[in-house]
Amino acid sequence: MSHDASVSVPWSKQLGRQAILMFATIVTLYPVLWVLKIAFSEQSGFGTSLVPWPEHPTLANFGRVMGAVDSAGEPVFFRQVWNSTVVSVATTAVGIAVSTTSAYAFSRFDFPGRNTGMRVFLITQMFPGVVMAVPLYILLDELHLLNSMLGLTIVYSTTSVPFCVWMLKGYFDTIPRELEEAAHVDGASQWTIFTRIVLPLARPAIVVTALFGFMTAWNEFILAATFLSDERATTLPVALQRYVDAFATDWGGFAAGAVLVSLPVMLLFFVLQKHLVGGLTAGGVKG
Amino acid sequence: MVALASRFTNRADSKFGLAYEASNFYFHSAWMFGFGGAIFDPDGTPRLNRPENAASLDFAAGLLNQSKVVPAEPNGALVLDLFQSGRALFAISGPWFASELREGTPYGVVPLPIISKTGKPARPFMTVEAIFATTQLADRKREQAAAFMRYFAGPASSKVRALLGHQTVIHPEAFRDPEIAENGFLKTFATAAAQAEPMPNRPEMRTVWEPANTALDKVLRGTVSAKEALAEADTQLTRLLGPAPTAVSPRPYVALLVCVAVIGSGFFLRTLRRRRVWERAKQNPVAYLYIFPAAAALSLLVFLPFAVGSALSLYAHRYGQFTFVGFGNFLRILSAQDYAITDPYSFYFTLAVTVLWTVVNVFMHVALGLSLAMLLRDPWVKLKGVYRVLLIVPWAIPNYITALIWKGMFHVEFGAINRILALGGVEHIDWFGQFSTAFAANVTTNTWLGFPFMMVVSLGALQSIPRDLDEAAEVDGASRWQRFRHVTLPLLRPALVPAIVLGSVWTFNMFNVIYLVSGGKPDGSTEILISEAYRWAFSRQYQYGYAAAYGVLIFLLLLAYTELTRNRSEES
Repeated sequence: MSHDASVSVPWSKQLGRQAILMFATIVTLYPVLWVLKIAFSEQSGFGTSLVPWPEHPTLANFGRVMGAVDSAGEPVFFRQVWNSTVVSVATTAVGIAVSTTSAYAFSRFDFPGRNTGMRVFLITQMFPGVVMAVPLYILLDELHLLNSMLGLTIVYSTTSVPFCVWMLKGYFDTIPRELEEAAHVDGASQWTIFTRIVLPLARPAIVVTALFGFMTAWNEFILAATFLSDERATTLPVALQRYVDAFATDWGGFAAGAVLVSLPVMLLFFVLQKHLVGGLTAGGVKG
Repeated sequence: MVALASRFTNRADSKFGLAYEASNFYFHSAWMFGFGGAIFDPDGTPRLNRPENAASLDFAAGLLNQSKVVPAEPNGALVLDLFQSGRALFAISGPWFASELREGTPYGVVPLPIISKTGKPARPFMTVEAIFATTQLADRKREQAAAFMRYFAGPASSKVRALLGHQTVIHPEAFRDPEIAENGFLKTFATAAAQAEPMPNRPEMRTVWEPANTALDKVLRGTVSAKEALAEADTQLTRLLGPAPTAVSPRPYVALLVCVAVIGSGFFLRTLRRRRVWERAKQNPVAYLYIFPAAAALSLLVFLPFAVGSALSLYAHRYGQFTFVGFGNFLRILSAQDYAITDPYSFYFTLAVTVLWTVVNVFMHVALGLSLAMLLRDPWVKLKGVYRVLLIVPWAIPNYITALIWKGMFHVEFGAINRILALGGVEHIDWFGQFSTAFAANVTTNTWLGFPFMMVVSLGALQSIPRDLDEAAEVDGASRWQRFRHVTLPLLRPALVPAIVLGSVWTFNMFNVIYLVSGGKPDGSTEILISEAYRWAFSRQYQYGYAAAYGVLIFLLLLAYTELTRNRSEES
């Protein structure tokens, strides 16, 4: 066998491989197709058909979701899209800013507390949310950050920091130090080296880390539901959950909303998927 | 009604005489009160085990399992869908149902029927809406508040709410208005309200739901008799409402804390001096500057809330009051004094389920993710990019959405899974009816959610492994499996181990899947530690302290696990 992809393999082997992968893909996509079917049909999916394809395709559900109004009769959907976007973009920006510097320090400086620090970051992943929710609520209340995008952004970016630092530190470790040393000899400051040399080199990992940060904020709903009580201040996942909570059963609306919520992240995944493999690699190998 | 419903029912066409949420105690209560049942004794003690309540449970089980006029595993969406598509003759629901129906759905509305056995009408719960005014008001404002409350509860506001808001009102004065009196819909609900049972507003009522629903579920599944199920519910209620651990003086604990702090900081300072930490730190002060923002944010928003939350585990919370109980909560959980070890509510049972859950899931994630990565690795595979994109789709969709979709796919009557299995001749599996299948349903969902992460990690790691070794082994005549086992796997180890550790921690605390897919069914047996903690905190008398103790135990377990794996991987 050779590295050259053009070397032909027996067609039976190719076919066999294709069959397995095709099967895996169909099984993987089957539940997703159900979401699409429910989103595009008037029935709620309790039919007897096995094929996840709408019998009478309609956009009615999407119209209802986008035209949702609050108690004062004002349209809220696009406001919630805006809220979600602001919080997610801000979370990504703050999260990346805070974690790149820490990850760089963990990767490049030898200082007391380095190993302990990395372990402490991992430990934060083990704190059960149920223990923290009530104290966090009280804390935000004291800081007057309940019902505000700022409060939510601060909480999200903080919770995403440990994972981001771990991923970025792994990638920084793989960047050769020679360049930095050369720049140092030329008289560049530590900060210049970091922003002008290391950050551009770490772009793949930063892109992937940014994607995770964005996803965390975009998809989160438990904290958002706890901290935001004003309907106009909520994010999309919270609004979406209201279609299927204890007092409502609008599966069509829920599925249509689910499609709308998933679309941006899905698009980002497709655009960034090459980086995804490379960016995670380093985090994994060195982590 | 049952006779009429039976005539309409035709399960082959999935047509049902009667659709209502049979397994929800809220809807069931109408039968229960119709049979003359009750929840509370006159002195306010909740007691479910009464012959009338048992009779109503048997009646509901009959509708579901003998005359089979009611669909299995009914939920609100199913009831709505069956009724508006003309596949259910009757639906039992509240006034909100009318607003959910698609416009143009033909329907009529009548009060609930008379129960033939007792000759009394079925009496549904009536939710009581109340307006509360705080006592901390100035006198003048207090009068204003009272005036507003009187207006809001009075006939004038009823009229507005009925005519403008299309809400159901029951104030008799409002029905003097001809427009309201002639509205058949409002009138029916006013008639129904006259025979309804106001929902008890005792604080204990919140705790009644879970045991009552469990008992209802047991009887509908036919696992135990109504009497036994209700007796078990009562035992559970007594435990939940029982006294908190005895209050103790915090003094010894404070003393202990001070001792630990003094000894700890002494030890800490000595280590600092011995390792010449201060001198070394001074050589690289910039490092701390770089770390400061992250460290400060984490301390304030992660460590502080966790410390406060953990401190709550030393308190018991009852009716808004926190009492210091020291290690009382922990003793209660770990000594298994309330529940036998084999009881689904005991800590050890849940722990065993959680460990099994984590092991099975992580194994499946790695096995599937790694296999797919291996299949996608060979350079000659066509359409590689397409598969890679499509196979990570589960990762991109929020998991609370897909968890709900999977729950729907496991529905006993209308779920896609049972219908696919039916093609292979397997009949109707009641997925949430026994532990093994409910657990399997949870695992399937979480496997589907989690394998893409492992696949991407493996793909990336495989890229960085030179293929020469693999090829050399092939030349030496090593089999496919031998090459994988002895060449590829050891090289993947450094990438896989951290991913597995992180994956285990996430799976251990995977609240969403458990809560949304099986919801702990049957009888709370598929609950894991984190979802159990959530129930203690929010549905069982708000026992925050007890829940916090669960949380602290979860944390300690995970800490021990990662320390163990760390030592192991450092050894090798």
